[in-house]
Amino acid sequence: MASHESVVAHGHAAPTGWIRKYIFSLDHKVIGIQYFLLALFSVFVGMFLSLLMRIHLVWPNAKLPFIEGGVMTSEQYLALMTMHGTIMVFMVLTTAPQSGFGNYFLPIQIGAADMAFPTINMLSFWTTFLSLVVIIAAFFVPGGAPISGWTAYAPLSALGQIAGPGQGLGQTLWVVGLAIFSGASLMGALNFITTVVDLRTRGMSLMRMPLTVWAWFVTAVLGLLAFGVLLAACLLLVLDRVAGTSFFIPAGLVVSDVVQSKHAGGSPLLWQHLFWFFGHPEVYIAILPGMGVASHVLSNFSRKPVFGYRAMVYALCGIGFLGFCVWGHHMFISGMSPYSALAFSLLTMSIGVPSAIKTFNWLGTLWGGRIQFKSPMLFAVGFVSLFVTGGVSGLFLAQPSLDLMLHDTYYVVAHFHLIMGVAAIFGIFAATYFWFPKMFGRTMNEGLAKLHFWITFPGVYAIFMPMHFLGMLGHPRRYSSNENFAFLQPIHGVHVFITIAAFITIGAQLVFLFNFLWSLKWGKKAEINPWHATTLEWTVPSPPPHDNFEGHLPAIYRGPYEYSVPGMTEDYLPQHLTPEQAKAK
Amino acid sequence: MEKEQNSKGSAAVAFILGLFLVVFALVTLYLFVDSPRLGWWPPPPITSFGHEVDRQFFRTYVIVGAIFVLCQIALGWVVFRFRDRGGRATYSHGNQTMEVLWTLATLVLFVGLGVYAEKAWAEVHFIGASPGALKIEVQGQQFKWYFRYAGPDGKFGRVAPEFVKDAQQNFFGLDPNDPAGKDDLVTPVIAVPVNREVELLIRSKDVTHSFFVRELRLKQDAVPGLEIHIHFTPTQVGTYEVACAELCGQGHHQMRSFLQVMSDADYEKWLKEQAALLQ
Repeated sequence: MASHESVVAHGHAAPTGWIRKYIFSLDHKVIGIQYFLLALFSVFVGMFLSLLMRIHLVWPNAKLPFIEGGVMTSEQYLALMTMHGTIMVFMVLTTAPQSGFGNYFLPIQIGAADMAFPTINMLSFWTTFLSLVVIIAAFFVPGGAPISGWTAYAPLSALGQIAGPGQGLGQTLWVVGLAIFSGASLMGALNFITTVVDLRTRGMSLMRMPLTVWAWFVTAVLGLLAFGVLLAACLLLVLDRVAGTSFFIPAGLVVSDVVQSKHAGGSPLLWQHLFWFFGHPEVYIAILPGMGVASHVLSNFSRKPVFGYRAMVYALCGIGFLGFCVWGHHMFISGMSPYSALAFSLLTMSIGVPSAIKTFNWLGTLWGGRIQFKSPMLFAVGFVSLFVTGGVSGLFLAQPSLDLMLHDTYYVVAHFHLIMGVAAIFGIFAATYFWFPKMFGRTMNEGLAKLHFWITFPGVYAIFMPMHFLGMLGHPRRYSSNENFAFLQPIHGVHVFITIAAFITIGAQLVFLFNFLWSLKWGKKAEINPWHATTLEWTVPSPPPHDNFEGHLPAIYRGPYEYSVPGMTEDYLPQHLTPEQAKAK
Repeated sequence: MEKEQNSKGSAAVAFILGLFLVVFALVTLYLFVDSPRLGWWPPPPITSFGHEVDRQFFRTYVIVGAIFVLCQIALGWVVFRFRDRGGRATYSHGNQTMEVLWTLATLVLFVGLGVYAEKAWAEVHFIGASPGALKIEVQGQQFKWYFRYAGPDGKFGRVAPEFVKDAQQNFFGLDPNDPAGKDDLVTPVIAVPVNREVELLIRSKDVTHSFFVRELRLKQDAVPGLEIHIHFTPTQVGTYEVACAELCGQGHHQMRSFLQVMSDADYEKWLKEQAALLQ
């Protein structure tokens, strides 16, 4: 790293044609925005699907738009549910925080002109785009989208059309789409890791990297180790479906009175192991970048250094490592060895430790600060609150004896929506409001942003908090109708409440969309450093030029969060200022 | 002047945000404490294991509830107290002692809680059913539960996939040539005598299902290709709903049956009635 020259010629010249500039671009910033827009499209599709489901749950006979036949059937409900989960987890929570913002800001924050492999970067985005097209295509094939949930448990997902509507071509497209997505994510992960390891500028030692960079780095390592396994699992599942293999299908199954004589010797639990070996780290792939953003934003708007920077780094690494040791907590009731449940349980409980370290350090960062409540800060504080709320319910689910009651109920729905869904999305919102001026050269409207926050924050709690009670009551999830069980009758009112809260909260997201689109054109012009921040992205023009630093890579003299340094007039000391320049401030 | 304006706006937002977090924590606390009265609480358990689970649930509840409320209130208080009032922020990079302290404290608390929880898990999963337990086979299929009793001979007859014919009520695929199967009882509901240990042999015929009875505090996946054993001793006579808790297809939400816990006399009578139906 030290051998890098201070002036580095950029790897590829700025393109002039429109297509090379905006479509098949090699520029990490354009690719980051492409990922962001893909996620923005997907999140509105995903929310719309959830709204249709919520309406169906409380008004089963309602005529709905986009639903074949008007009134939703059970299989249509399950298809929407599967696609909601798939689109949200893969196309929103995996792409926006990591591939979107990570792509855009990681190279700038470490003082690099671009990612290490710009062509692979472009390929990674377009492969992701292809996977989105393939997955969405499942809606439009005979039989419709799959009904096996985003977890696609075999053998329901492996047996084909006979297992249910949507389990034919729709499920095949889903599996193939996920395999393509895994390939794209592997390319992205390699690129991120290489960039962090090789392209840090002079003085940017590991312990001077912004916590966002640390978070993207650890996330990339998780992605590299996890998506390979998902890719393998998907390929095996495709083979089971189209080539007559039996990785996940045991002998002697009788589906709708038809003996499945083609298959023998497979294990349904193998799919669960492979899936969750990916699936649990995936939770952290969604949330870690949000933690990075929260730390970054909390420090800036408290005008204080991050409390316990090193502890934050170790906690990120600890969560990343432990994230690979706990997949079995999704399988306490699956029929795997009950002895392994002990190990998985205690390891899962201990993942609460680095999570608690992060929470306490965020509180420590705020403590003694001079807090400014700009919209990114509101969402960052919201992130901390949601992270606590969604995290502590995990302490119930991590205990196998309690999981016996709560597993596969609405309690789990509440837990993972708060922690990996809403908290991660609050991280995305904080990042969007924070970095929009840098990305587009204009500032988002602060009034609309605050309105967005003040509806969304109570709104998400109104949607997901009551689900804990449904779960404690034993309400199973993934039921397209609650009319068949006597014990589900008294809680209809709670479902109505949740649906109304969902309507209002999703409506508020239109405020965000409007603000985003409007500000692109009419927002107030942004300065280079509107938040008086310390890291490198705030030293380049808004938006930054093609190769970020115009050929002159900066040198770094200090840690990333030097706010309110005693003896200075200014309350922030950027990373790139020489000690002499710093003295003058 | 602008700075003053900012500080004032800041004070209002800080107050509302802090207040929201505190109120949110307290309302949540109230709802959880009052949830039994509101009917948002699991029904009373009908096994000693279920009571053990509930005790652990309660322990977790108190600890986690305290952490939740304290964290939210602390967050609310901190954002209010340290709002921008025009001064200068404290310059601090952290505190090693506090890091060590809260790391160790949470480690002991969380892992300790986890260790405590293993007792109930061990009771149901590490110790098998006693030899005298009443064996009942449970089979999940799209979208029904069926139960098989060994009958007076105490032996389950041979089953094989090729004999399965739902239309002829042969849901398990009983071999018609096996004499041990002649007296096997197959029923759509499960009846058991009170205060006797029951061992369930859980299987699936097609895709993964999950046998779930709230009052037993038990849930067990029915996995194709596996036979999974669980056991319990019900102590309360009554009828309880059996649900499927693992997504199994478009009829997942209809997969309902009943667990009927009966007095010994009623149970014997029930067995005779079912046998008579079979003839």
